[in-house]
Order: sequence, then C-alpha cells, then structure tokens
Amino acid sequence: MKIHEYQAKEILARYEIPVTKEVLCYTVAEVKAAAEKLGYPCVVKAQVLTGGRGKAGGVKLARTLADATSAAEAILGMDIKGFKVEKVLVAQGVSFVNEIYAGLTIDRNTKSVVFMASREGGVEIEEVAKDNPDAILKFAIDPDLGITPFVARKIAYALFDDSKLANQAVVMFQKLYQVFIDTDASLVEINPLVITSDGNLLALDGKMTFDDNALFRQPEILALNEPDEDEIKELYAKDKGLSYIRLDGNIGCMVNGAGLAMATMDMIKLYGGEPANFLDIGGSSNPQKVVDAMNLILSDKNVKVVMINIFGGITRCDDVAKGLISALEQIKVKIPIVIRLSGTNSKEGLEILKNANLPIVETMSEAAQMAISLA
Amino acid sequence: MSILVNKNTKLLVQGITGRDGGFHTQKMIDYGTNVVGGVSPGKGGQEVHGVPVFNTVADAVKKTGANTSIIFVPAAYAADAALEASEAGVGLVIIISEGVPTLDMVRITPYLKKNGTKLIGANCPGLMSPGEALVGILPVSIFKKGNIGLMSRSGTLTYEMVYQLTSSGLGQSTCVGIGGDPVAGLYYEELLQMFQDDPDTHAIVLMGEIGGDAEERAAEYIRKHVTKPVVSFIAGQTAPPGKRMGHAGAIISSGTGTAAEKIAAFESAGVQVAKQPSEIPGMLKKLLNL
Repeated sequence: MKIHEYQAKEILARYEIPVTKEVLCYTVAEVKAAAEKLGYPCVVKAQVLTGGRGKAGGVKLARTLADATSAAEAILGMDIKGFKVEKVLVAQGVSFVNEIYAGLTIDRNTKSVVFMASREGGVEIEEVAKDNPDAILKFAIDPDLGITPFVARKIAYALFDDSKLANQAVVMFQKLYQVFIDTDASLVEINPLVITSDGNLLALDGKMTFDDNALFRQPEILALNEPDEDEIKELYAKDKGLSYIRLDGNIGCMVNGAGLAMATMDMIKLYGGEPANFLDIGGSSNPQKVVDAMNLILSDKNVKVVMINIFGGITRCDDVAKGLISALEQIKVKIPIVIRLSGTNSKEGLEILKNANLPIVETMSEAAQMAISLA
Repeated sequence: MSILVNKNTKLLVQGITGRDGGFHTQKMIDYGTNVVGGVSPGKGGQEVHGVPVFNTVADAVKKTGANTSIIFVPAAYAADAALEASEAGVGLVIIISEGVPTLDMVRITPYLKKNGTKLIGANCPGLMSPGEALVGILPVSIFKKGNIGLMSRSGTLTYEMVYQLTSSGLGQSTCVGIGGDPVAGLYYEELLQMFQDDPDTHAIVLMGEIGGDAEERAAEYIRKHVTKPVVSFIAGQTAPPGKRMGHAGAIISSGTGTAAEKIAAFESAGVQVAKQPSEIPGMLKKLLNL
C-alpha cells in the first residue's frame, strides 16, 4: 500500500525526524494563503501516488505570490501517469548545500531489512543505481539487534565527513529504522535528505509503502489508504477472493493460480495478442467466483474475447466444468469464450463442457492462438 | 532417493483442527505419508483422522519423534508456529499459510538458522517426493516417480509443469514449491545443491518468476556448482512494472528483476529457457538422450 508524501512526512515528524514546514492545499486560494504564510521561495508539489512528479511538471518553485498562483493553477487538476492531481503540498523553500539518499527496504537475499544510503541523492537516484551501483551503500540490519548506535554510526560516517552532521544522522537513522519496523513498511525513503546551508539535516521529501500482508495489524496505516479507480477494482476483486490487475489489451483472462495466470499472459503475448488483465481466481470451483470473475472481466469494455485457463490440481476439472456451466447460465456473455481445462479428471470435465457446446481446447498454446484469432 | 521428504519423514501438522489442516492431513495420509501427530493449542488429547493432537509442538515431538512439520495456521500466527517447531528440534518446517507479514519472516530467519531448521515457504504448496511422501497440498494424481527434480515459485504453474512431464513419461524425484513471498525459506541455490547431490535426480527444472534477482543468483550458482542439466521457464515476461501479480515476489521495480535479464543470465550459464512450459519435456529428453 502506498501513501502520499505529506502523509509519509507526518509519520516521520511524529518520530522527530526534521521535515520541511509545509501546508496541504486543495484549491488555488489555499495555495495562495499557504505561500503567503510560509514566505518565499516556496515549492508547490503535486500529491499523487506515483513517482516521477518532478519530471512531469508536478513540482514548481515559487518566488512570488504570482508564481505560487500560476503553479497551483497548472498543477491542480494535472494528469500525472493517469493520476489526477487533487491536492498539492506547499513547502517552505530551503537553501541547501548537498543532497543525500537514505532508504530502508526488505532485501530478499539477506532476508533482512537493508539500509541504503548514498552521497548522490536527488531525482537521479535510479540512474545512479543503474550506472554506478557502488555509489549506493547497503547495510543489512540484524533483526535481533536492530539498528544499534554503532551500525547507525557506520552508515553516518560513510555519508558525512562532518561529525556534527554524522551525530545528527545517527539519531535520525535509528528513528528511521524504528518507523520501518513499527509500521510494517516495505519501503521508507528520504530523497533528498539535505544538508541545509546552516548545517543541519532536513527531509525534503518522504516516501513510504507498506506490506499488504501486515495491514491487519496496522489500522492507522490502513486508514490512510486511498485506492484509485483501478485499485478499487482490485480491492473489489480481493474481497471476492480474486486477484485482478487491469492491463491494456483486449483478451480477458481467467486463470487459477498467480504463476499460471502470468504464464497465460506471456503465452498470449508470445503469439502476438494483448492480455486485458491478470486475474487469478484461486483454487476453487465455486460457480459464484466464476460469475464474479466474469463480471469483472466484462466491466472492461476493451475485452473482445475471454480466455479461461484452468489447471485442475486439488480442484477437479469436472467440478470446475460444472461451475463454469452454472456461471455461464447466470450471466449472458455476448463475446466469444475459449476454455482450456487440464489436469485432474480433465476427461470428465471436457466431456461436460462438450455436451454444453462450449469451445474447449487442450493446451495453453492452442487456447492463446484461438483467443487471438477471435479478438 | 529424493530430497527433503521421503519414507523416513515423520510429519506433524500444526493447525490440524482447522478446515484446511484437517482436509490436507487426510490427503497426506491417503498418499502414504507418515503423519505422526497434530498440534492445536487447547485441543490436546483429541484425534483428527486417527492422528493424535497435542497442545504444543514440544509435547508432540517428545511423544512421536516427528522430524518435519507442516503449518496451516492463520497467517498472523504462522511465524510463531515455525519458531515453536524449530525450538522443539524439528529439522524441516513448511509454511503453507498465505499472507504472512514480511517482517515476521525476517524476524524468524536467524533463529531457524541458528537451530539448523530448514524452512520452506510461506505461501507455498509444499513439496512431494512421488512414491515416498506428500508434505503439502499438491494434487497427487498428476505425479509420477522418476528422475526430474523440480522447483517453482508458483503453485498451479508447478502442477501444469508436472502434468506435462508426467504426460511425456518423465517422472519426478522431488517437486518443491518454494513460495512467492519476498522473504522465503529454502531457495533455488540450496535446492539446486540438494538435487545435484541426489543420485536419483538426473535433471532439474527451475520454474522462475519476474521480480528480485533470485534467478540471476541461481544462474551464477549453476555455473559454478551444478553439473546436471537444468532447464527453466520464467513466468511474467509480459507483466507491467510496479504491479503485484498475486505473488508478492512478482513485482518489477526500478528496472531490475525483468524476465529478459533473467533469461539472459540463465542462457549465459548454459541453462536452456523455454518460451512456454510445454517445450520443457522435449528439452529434457534431448539433454538426457531419452
């Protein structure tokens, strides 16, 4: 789960990590008032749940009230990667001498929380990661010990030559780790963490994402959730026991199992088609699930054909076939359907579908090719 | 022979009185797995499918000599269940439960390691050595005893692969579902070594997925340590970046973990990568001169 910059910085501030003075605004009038209050220069920043705001023109510096007004007018309502900007953050301008990167995430290899730090912070950090990976230092944190003062010192002295700054960083980094642990985060990032002209550390930006598996024990974090249109669909699906992600193609997919669902999408692409969605209906033959899944697929008007790919493992194919027939009786599907059914009791299942005059094929590749020809 | 589970497996089921735990206990018994006991706090003294239930893992191990435990408890309690098994001296723990918080897995990893407990999962279908033992929720009817070792991050894709192997006459030594979560137990490298050391495994199938760099690391490991033929498939080649495809692991972020990178890494290590799972049996037969 993602949250906005202003929400992340509110959490950081609660842990006494210094952040910029700022005001959240929904209208141009609010931006004007905030700019006047904070003084100039100030920065108007789009609050959207996606990266790359700056490059999309969603972050503007204002030196005067007129600047702030025109920035607010330009940014509010702007579309950034499909996200409409409905609120902006007006932050006090800060003069700084250097930009640092500090972030925590989970490292699959060491199976631990890893602290990432770089002297080369700022908007180009992803390029730094790609072109000069050695410039990003990584420190695996022992989960039993946590980030002890000496570990924080190791990180701090790798980043700062000045002891005063290093001392500030030691305190800040320990708190940053605590935020990560306390909130079940999957990412906590300050980029840039700046050294201000008067020699202090300040978080100019903040980004946090959270482990969806842990939201059940993080009610305060869950309350910050603001699902967008696609995510509302995804949540609806989750509620029905389905896992759905909308894509841009025209072949609707209904598959049991996440890995098989991905492989199905791959197969469609391999033969030159475009999948309209990822949809995992899980391991059950419950007709209601098929109905829900079909409704979800058909709510996407781009879909021209539905490809159903079921591998009967624990659930038997004859049960799945019965479920499919009962589901298709409940909803009238006007576009073609291709069904591929294989695995446990597949003979019996195929027989049932044949008797119901449903188009069936035996292999994934046949199904993909047939779906593409019908799309 | 096989790896990890076999005729000597003495299995404990944690969460045996739950719906899934009970159902799959019966399936495992039917297959011939030696299920020696179950654990369910407060239900000690009962029986489920003829299997004695204990309040704690320590009790169960003392009375039954269990050496392996499979966990079906709700995700919020799964990590603690694994610690309990490890503390009681169980050498192999499999977490089937889906949705275990990542930091719980991070927290238990050092303790299990210190105790020498091997972990598989969470969020996995378990594992199976055909003709020896089923420790998981895999559909037994599609398996056949033989000489292909298989490891996979996904459930049904594993079944799909096994089905095609079996249909082409290629049996399996052991099939392991390692799970799709970001932090999981045994992974490719450890399993590759076990299959390499198992005389009854003649070739290895590795079913990978986008996200992370485990496949790249596996490729490196194969180059250095594996002499048996390995073939692979990568699911999610067309998945859009930044989206979680059901498996928490299957997410591409900031240009790493793409299918193209993984395929390139495998090919440079001499591992053949199939464009679709149905190509794999043919590849194996060629490599094994069958």
